[in-house]
Amino acid sequence: MQTGGFPWLTMLILLPLAGAGALYFVKDAAARLVALGVTLADLALALPLWWLFDPQSSQMQFTEHVTWIVAPPIHYSLGLDGISLPLVLMTAALMPLCVLISWESITARVRSFMAMLLIMEAAMLGVFVALDFVLFYVFWEAMLIPMYLLIGVWGGPNRLYAAIKFFLYTLAGSVLLLVAILALYFYGGRTFDIQALSQVTYPAALQTWLFLAFFAAFAVKVPMFPFHTWLPDAHVEAPTAGSVILASVLLKMGTYGFLRFSLPMLPDASREMTPVIAALSIVAIIYGAYMALAQTDLKKLIAYSSVSHMGFVTLGLFVLNQQGIEGAVLQMVNHGITTGALFLCVGIIYDRTHSRLISDNVGLAKPMPQYATLLVIFSLSSLGLPGTNSFVGEFLVLIGTFLWSKAATALASLGIILAAAYMLWMVQRVAFGVPSPHHLPRLKDLRPRELAALIPLVVLVFWIGLYPNPVVSRMHASVAKTLESMARTKVAPATHPSAATPPALALTSGGPGAERGPQP
Amino acid sequence: MAYELIPLLPLASFVILGLFGHWIKDKAHLVAVPAVVLSFLISVFAFIDVADGHHSTIQLYTWLTSGTLDLHLGLTIDRLTAVMLLLVTTVSALVHVYTIGYMRGEPGYARFFSYIALFTFSMLMLVLADNFLQLFIFWEAVGLCSYLLIGHWYERPAACAAATKAFIVNRVGDFGFILGLLLVWTTFDSLDYADVFAKLHDPAGRVMNLLEPLGGSWEVSVPTVICLLLFTGAVGKSAQVPLHVWLPDAMEGPTPISALIHAATMVTAGVFMVARLAPLYNLSPAAMTVVALVGGLTMMLGATIALTQTDIKRVVAYSTMSQLGYMMMACGLGAYGAGMYHLLTHGAFKALLFLGCGSVIIALHHEQDMRKMGGLKDQLPVTYWTFVVGSLALAGFPLTAGFFSKDDLLVSAWSAGTLGQVLTVCGLLTALLTAFYSFRLVFVTFWGPSHVDRHHAGHVHEPSKTMTVPLIILAVLSIATGYVGIPGFLEPMFATEGSDAAHHGGGAIVIMLLATAMGLLGIAGAYYAYVLNPSLPDRWARQWQAAYQLSLNKWYVDEAYDRSIVRPTFTAAAELWNRVDVAVIDGAVNGIARAVAWGGWLLRLVQSGQTQHYALGMALGAAVILTLFMMI
Repeated sequence: MQTGGFPWLTMLILLPLAGAGALYFVKDAAARLVALGVTLADLALALPLWWLFDPQSSQMQFTEHVTWIVAPPIHYSLGLDGISLPLVLMTAALMPLCVLISWESITARVRSFMAMLLIMEAAMLGVFVALDFVLFYVFWEAMLIPMYLLIGVWGGPNRLYAAIKFFLYTLAGSVLLLVAILALYFYGGRTFDIQALSQVTYPAALQTWLFLAFFAAFAVKVPMFPFHTWLPDAHVEAPTAGSVILASVLLKMGTYGFLRFSLPMLPDASREMTPVIAALSIVAIIYGAYMALAQTDLKKLIAYSSVSHMGFVTLGLFVLNQQGIEGAVLQMVNHGITTGALFLCVGIIYDRTHSRLISDNVGLAKPMPQYATLLVIFSLSSLGLPGTNSFVGEFLVLIGTFLWSKAATALASLGIILAAAYMLWMVQRVAFGVPSPHHLPRLKDLRPRELAALIPLVVLVFWIGLYPNPVVSRMHASVAKTLESMARTKVAPATHPSAATPPALALTSGGPGAERGPQP
Repeated sequence: MAYELIPLLPLASFVILGLFGHWIKDKAHLVAVPAVVLSFLISVFAFIDVADGHHSTIQLYTWLTSGTLDLHLGLTIDRLTAVMLLLVTTVSALVHVYTIGYMRGEPGYARFFSYIALFTFSMLMLVLADNFLQLFIFWEAVGLCSYLLIGHWYERPAACAAATKAFIVNRVGDFGFILGLLLVWTTFDSLDYADVFAKLHDPAGRVMNLLEPLGGSWEVSVPTVICLLLFTGAVGKSAQVPLHVWLPDAMEGPTPISALIHAATMVTAGVFMVARLAPLYNLSPAAMTVVALVGGLTMMLGATIALTQTDIKRVVAYSTMSQLGYMMMACGLGAYGAGMYHLLTHGAFKALLFLGCGSVIIALHHEQDMRKMGGLKDQLPVTYWTFVVGSLALAGFPLTAGFFSKDDLLVSAWSAGTLGQVLTVCGLLTALLTAFYSFRLVFVTFWGPSHVDRHHAGHVHEPSKTMTVPLIILAVLSIATGYVGIPGFLEPMFATEGSDAAHHGGGAIVIMLLATAMGLLGIAGAYYAYVLNPSLPDRWARQWQAAYQLSLNKWYVDEAYDRSIVRPTFTAAAELWNRVDVAVIDGAVNGIARAVAWGGWLLRLVQSGQTQHYALGMALGAAVILTLFMMI
């Protein structure tokens, strides 16, 4: 199943790892440049995928397949479809910005910091492209360590509490994920191939248990209400780049997991659980917004707004229709862009005033007009103003939800009013008004480096907002395939023809062997 | 003709000023004014084209596809759009020119021009839309511009608060709008006006059960639900009761904006929407009744508040609210043509009144309290005379445009059944109040002794030509729009009503005479109270203290919202955060962590490292097992 051609995805993962290795040999001063160069190179490597990707195909593309362990059959197996493509691009696009924003704010152990960012990048990309469950799990857990260190070493005053809370909370969920993966392995024909496992029908009772195990891992990561309390703590203590990665990419791992595993593998349980997940999502939307309204710390405000926004994502996923899921995937990307940008903005002002309190950062429009303009743009995007990216995602999610339940849509739409309230109230205090004379001398407008970190995100905000079709149309085939695989009557595992272990490795599978041909 | 250019020219001007305004600075008008004037000229061609019977539709691009959803941006130019294009481009062009003088020397000069260019683009796209989604997108976009422009002087806390309030109140309306939009899509499988209107009569008995989620049963016709939900949006945008509270506060914005956005164009979008969706509204008598009642209520409420306000812009703002009520009421009674006619004439004379206020405000160095004015008519003759023309039109004085449109509106209302007749009576009473407060404004501001601050009194003078010429043009339009046959032009749009007969009946003449009498009576009353007996208003205020306070305090609606919604929301948020999120949810998380740590500590006691303890443990364990074993 080895597809010929250039190993795009391996290169995407290896490059940052190699960069992290190279940092060992350079001085702190050069570490920033190396990290920037590596992340930019990785982005340059990721960008062609946008054009090379065939939007008509629902199959995994750019696949790579190498045997890693023979027994049990574990493979180094990678691939990309219309769901992971936008997430991979978003991740690759955000990393250089994270390096840029840490340029001067990180002064201690710069090399290690940059190395952590690069290892993080490799692990995150790995999660999105892994097609083997064990490989996926390796990447999944590998993300925890650099993130733990980013918070625990370079974080704020209460960093140890936040780092340990983050680590243990998400690890506790992940353990159950491992159990679920092993259960799938034994019931699904002794394979870790994610695509093959998605073809199998599991008994209803098992589906429910597996769903709950997945839920434990994914709901904590999203985070869904009521598993969200690690998020504000982690954000407040994390350095800016850590917050950006956490909000923009790490939270997406949970929703990506739901979409990649829960829906296609456990369709009956997913359908059964829809009302529960939808209810939790709507609670998250409204509750998160209320929490955001009560915050006085900018990072906490944005953290709680993330809870609210991610509620839209989980809602869209579990209404189980084309519009809802496409809206959810788009919203994952949008949230990455917009919330990432908002955390960058908070970092920029924190570098100047050394406070994240709203009351310490008022009236910035006068001394920092460029900064204020961008902050307003990202805030408007966050509240879902038409013409910006988030509107498109929320609109699709609402359409999908409407097809499922009109009452649920009405409740979820309340979040849109509340989002306007907490974002604009924040803008009113931070951007407008008169700055305190005490801070004024330090309030210099954006430096070129900071502008370079924010401008690409502004472009994305408007591009997706004004012309979303190119992004969404790349998802059509993959989302349709997910829905199809949920609807199809499946074959029982015992007689399932393809446990999809390649013939040479069919040690455990009693089936007639790989029926699924090599992928394009 | 390349009609795409009508919206694209202002867009180009926005992009240029947005990106390079920093360098263009005080030459911003050289970019913005030609763009909007050109778009006005093309609109004239479009109007002529439509008058000849050509309706244009232009597809721009596919915005989004998903499943069976297929959304695009497109333009449609029919009679309704054509008149709106003329209104928007005319007022916008005049306001652009006026701004050159009004905002001269302001630090945000280029920014201001870029925002009004963005607004003009958005408003044009809104009226040109050929589908519901585009209507919604630009509906929100004009709201954004309104937000940015109200908060233009962002260092003033009042301006920022007003901007935020305007946006959030409008969001409440848009909450209904978007649900209505979704219901349109699920009901008709399309969001294009043409498709939806073509399918309106397909299944006659579309009903939905509103209480379904609660297990109850309340069958309502789907068009009624759609119309009411969409109308929620219109209530917000067109400042109808109960979402009118943002409009008066919006007066914190620079005055040219009040003229363009908060009088002539954006606030009329709600009325425009109802007229645009007339075929849909015609299906639902229940929704129409609600529209008419809300319009009627807004009309009266606005007028009663305008009577006592002392800020000249707020008087005009409440008058706008009241006039929007007239238009909405007409639409609700099925007289869409009359509503639109009043919308157009009102656009001219209300823009004039606001720009007139602007001249006064500039001449008095940003004084807006009319108690500190007076006697300005000799010092500001152009402003005064044009202001009088605008006020006459607002009061419905014979032979002004406002006279024709208000008359047309009331006559149409009268012919629309019992509800229509009740509302016509209300409309006539409101006309009396309207004439009274408009001329109260004229007399207090321009007549009588001067109360102008002594520092400025000496050098009050007429503003520059860029400001007076737009006033004169608008004054001409405030008369001329009554004579250019707008009702006849719009008639084919709303041909199904058949209310023309009433125009020729005996009732029509009575209504016309009554409306005229009300207008004259109001003016005479204002003359009596503010010129002949200047002490009278104070005596009235003391005599009817309760009514006076009610009007002065805007019926206490803001206070009621503050106590029942705003403050409880913030309190609830803070309480929820402290008592639920921190105490319960996070408390549980930390509690589990502590329980684990405590459990570890307990277990550690067992690991004492002393052999005797382990031996004791083993012996006890063996004993327990043996006991259990023997019992079984």
